[in-house]
Amino acid sequence: MLKMTGIKKIFNQGTVNEKTALDGISLTVEDGDFATIIGSNGAGKSTLFNCICGSFLPDEGSVYLDEKNITFMPEHKRAVQIGRLFQDPMRGTAPHMTIEENLALAYLRVQKKKNVFSRISASERKMFRERLSWLDMGLEDRMKQPVGLLSGGQRQALTLLMATLIPPKILLLDEHTAALDPATAEKVTELTKRIVEENHLACLMITHNMRSALELGNRTLMMDAGKIIYDISGEEREHMTVSGLLEKFSADTGKELDNDRMLLSRE
Amino acid sequence: MSSILSLSVVISALELGVIYSLVALALYLSYGILNIADLSTDGCFTLGCAVGAQVAIMGHPVLALFAAMAAGVCSGFIMSALQTKLGVEPILAGIIVNTGLYTVNLAVMGFSSNLSIFKTETIYSMCKGLFGPTWYKLAVSIVVVVVICVILAWFLGTRLGLSIRATGDNSDMVRASSINPGLTTTIGLCISGSFTALSGCLIGQYQKACDINLGTGMVTIALASLIIGESLFGRGGVVRHIIGVIAGSCLYRFVMAIALKLHVPPECLKLVSAVIVAVAIAFPYLKQQFALQRRKMASAGAGKAGR
Repeated sequence: MLKMTGIKKIFNQGTVNEKTALDGISLTVEDGDFATIIGSNGAGKSTLFNCICGSFLPDEGSVYLDEKNITFMPEHKRAVQIGRLFQDPMRGTAPHMTIEENLALAYLRVQKKKNVFSRISASERKMFRERLSWLDMGLEDRMKQPVGLLSGGQRQALTLLMATLIPPKILLLDEHTAALDPATAEKVTELTKRIVEENHLACLMITHNMRSALELGNRTLMMDAGKIIYDISGEEREHMTVSGLLEKFSADTGKELDNDRMLLSRE
Repeated sequence: MSSILSLSVVISALELGVIYSLVALALYLSYGILNIADLSTDGCFTLGCAVGAQVAIMGHPVLALFAAMAAGVCSGFIMSALQTKLGVEPILAGIIVNTGLYTVNLAVMGFSSNLSIFKTETIYSMCKGLFGPTWYKLAVSIVVVVVICVILAWFLGTRLGLSIRATGDNSDMVRASSINPGLTTTIGLCISGSFTALSGCLIGQYQKACDINLGTGMVTIALASLIIGESLFGRGGVVRHIIGVIAGSCLYRFVMAIALKLHVPPECLKLVSAVIVAVAIAFPYLKQQFALQRRKMASAGAGKAGR
């Protein structure tokens, strides 16, 4: 369970470029919750993720993971329990290393007894192979190839596999299908759904696709100007439509939803 | 060609190539893998030589190798501490450490600018009987370097080695794998420092002398070897890379030996090595441009013929 209380983050404080990215956000995500997040450009969606991961620290407020305060825990230590995917497929993998080596590094994250001088064992290789075949992309036969040779979609699928090799407590997806072609995006979305459901993960997914924001998961958050302005789940969400969501946004904020990419996927 | 390259010239070029290949390997770790331009290489090389020479003078030529490596680890550690703990830019950290090492090196050499170990026993003189008078220096150097290479190749396949390789490749991903990139950088630079210092120690025992300016320009030479190796062997896996680095280092020494044979004055050798580095770096680009020019010419020619 992830809990955030009164998170505030201001960039360039005291200058003309001052920007309140997060304005007192409080949010609780239960285990098994799959929440989608939508919002206009600069609403603070990615900043929210950065605060959860520890890429930077909030100015005010606290972050709890399973009742443990992780507000000041270094990024690499939280990573044991947090899986994160970026929009850019290049960010999640090391391009000059082989698929197998990338998986071994991801696996290192969760090993209890870490022997830093051990090499990739045959049993691990077998396990990686099995997991890769699960992606159904033929990657299990290319384990000795550098990741740089894979397509963006393949890399993103691999990153997803790496982030969930051993289920984290929470999975953060930052528009992870946005840079992929529609067919691959569909496939990665399916994979995401399957992995989240099978492992009963808590998951937050930023998306610009309004339709999948309502279809995927069990909860939808709408953000604007550093605040969560709308949080729906259950029956209310089931009856919500894309146009209903857009109307709700303009009614609440008095402006149009101005995410440049979002308009493409209204239907 | 045979008049230019006699057997003794070939052997001494190979000897130097093999010994200096350790510095190139150090740069492969720091520059090639961790993506840090380590400018402390020059000072660290002299440090290894000075420490090694002093320990050899005390009568422990084999221990000298380990002492030099330990000194190199210290140098690498300070270099990485400046970067990871104090937020100094890698290039500046290198320059700072290099400057400081000059005094340290002088101190190690007893505040004298050179140190002769002419009469003491070295690992080379110890093994003279084992391999014969012509080959013993080459044989000893090869043994040391092969041991180091095997250890390095093995190490880079372990989890720690993988983490170090990933640090230079994608540090975001390293953090996401719950590894502290500061730690992997530190370990990488310490190992790299120990290789540089070991090379310096071997050169000291090989030349039976240590000089405060021994390391000057070492970073350029090692970079040249690294790049020559990469252009010859490509940027393949770890083993291929290591072999390439050693081959590049030997080839560089051959070019220098030929330059000397062609009566290039010794004072000009640094200029020659600078030119070699520039050519080695520019070569892949020039090759590409040349191919492009040829295609342009060919299409222009075809256009004329068509008219």
